Amino acid sequence: LIARLHYAAAAAYFRQKHYDTGRMLKNAGLIKEFPPLMPLSVSLRVIHRRDVLAGAGAAAALALLTGGAKRAAAEDVAPRTQAFKDAYAALVRDATPTRELISLDLPEYAENGNGVSFMLAVESPMTESDHVKALHLLSTANPQPVVATYRFTPACGRAQVTGRMRLASTQDVIAVAELSDGRFVIGERTVSVSIGGCDT
Amino acid sequence: LPEHVKAGDLIEVKTLVTHVMETGNRRDAQGRLVPRKIIHTFTAKFSGQEIFSAKLGSGIAANPYIAFFMRVPGPGEFELTWIDDTGETAVERVPLVLG
Repeated sequence: LIARLHYAAAAAYFRQKHYDTGRMLKNAGLIKEFPPLMPLSVSLRVIHRRDVLAGAGAAAALALLTGGAKRAAAEDVAPRTQAFKDAYAALVRDATPTRELISLDLPEYAENGNGVSFMLAVESPMTESDHVKALHLLSTANPQPVVATYRFTPACGRAQVTGRMRLASTQDVIAVAELSDGRFVIGERTVSVSIGGCDT
Repeated sequence: LPEHVKAGDLIEVKTLVTHVMETGNRRDAQGRLVPRKIIHTFTAKFSGQEIFSAKLGSGIAANPYIAFFMRVPGPGEFELTWIDDTGETAVERVPLVLG
């Protein structure tokens, strides 16, 4: 059983590395196509500890070679549209949202922008005097920036919502919550999109 | 809905509806814009009281999945409503049985 677990962990590790490496190579301009062919299964009969270590070493060396990959990835992010800026300004008006309490659970890489699962949560006791009134989900680069607005009541008990969104391109996804005391809080997450959701 | 629910429990209500969620940005083979058809409103009431609602836009994927939470006040009935741009309305009533 332990050997099987090791096998599964190593396979998952190599698959993820392959994916990250492909992205780095594309960002560095070394390959045109991404994602490259991904192995769906890795067949290894015996995994020796030294092999796993060697694999990790090679991956680390490659990461060093393409050291600019993180920065390159940041440049892939689509600029924020005027429509987004207008929608955001209309939402928060003269308030200054603070970066706290919100968590956005979204994938770092989305293969298909037509359906990207998300889970948004705001830390709140959800009492009459202290609760989340609304949670707005915004896209910074879709044609329409306001993806959804969720309205909660203290009866919810927890300010959390799950759904699936469209993402036209690699971009930042923003969640803004309105609290019962009038404050706004904000959270954001960058999602890399391989195939954009068509004309979302 | 989860099973074996007691009053006071925090439960997750998971909803799924079949709908195209046509964005209005897409063109057909002849180059004409396909008119927007979006479920713009979802409302969840429990025993007549509004618990949770959502305004959805074209950035929500087809066949909208919405999951939210509720602190169970006691037995009752959910009334879930979806309304789209054409005025089509779907109402689903689901009793919540305790025990």
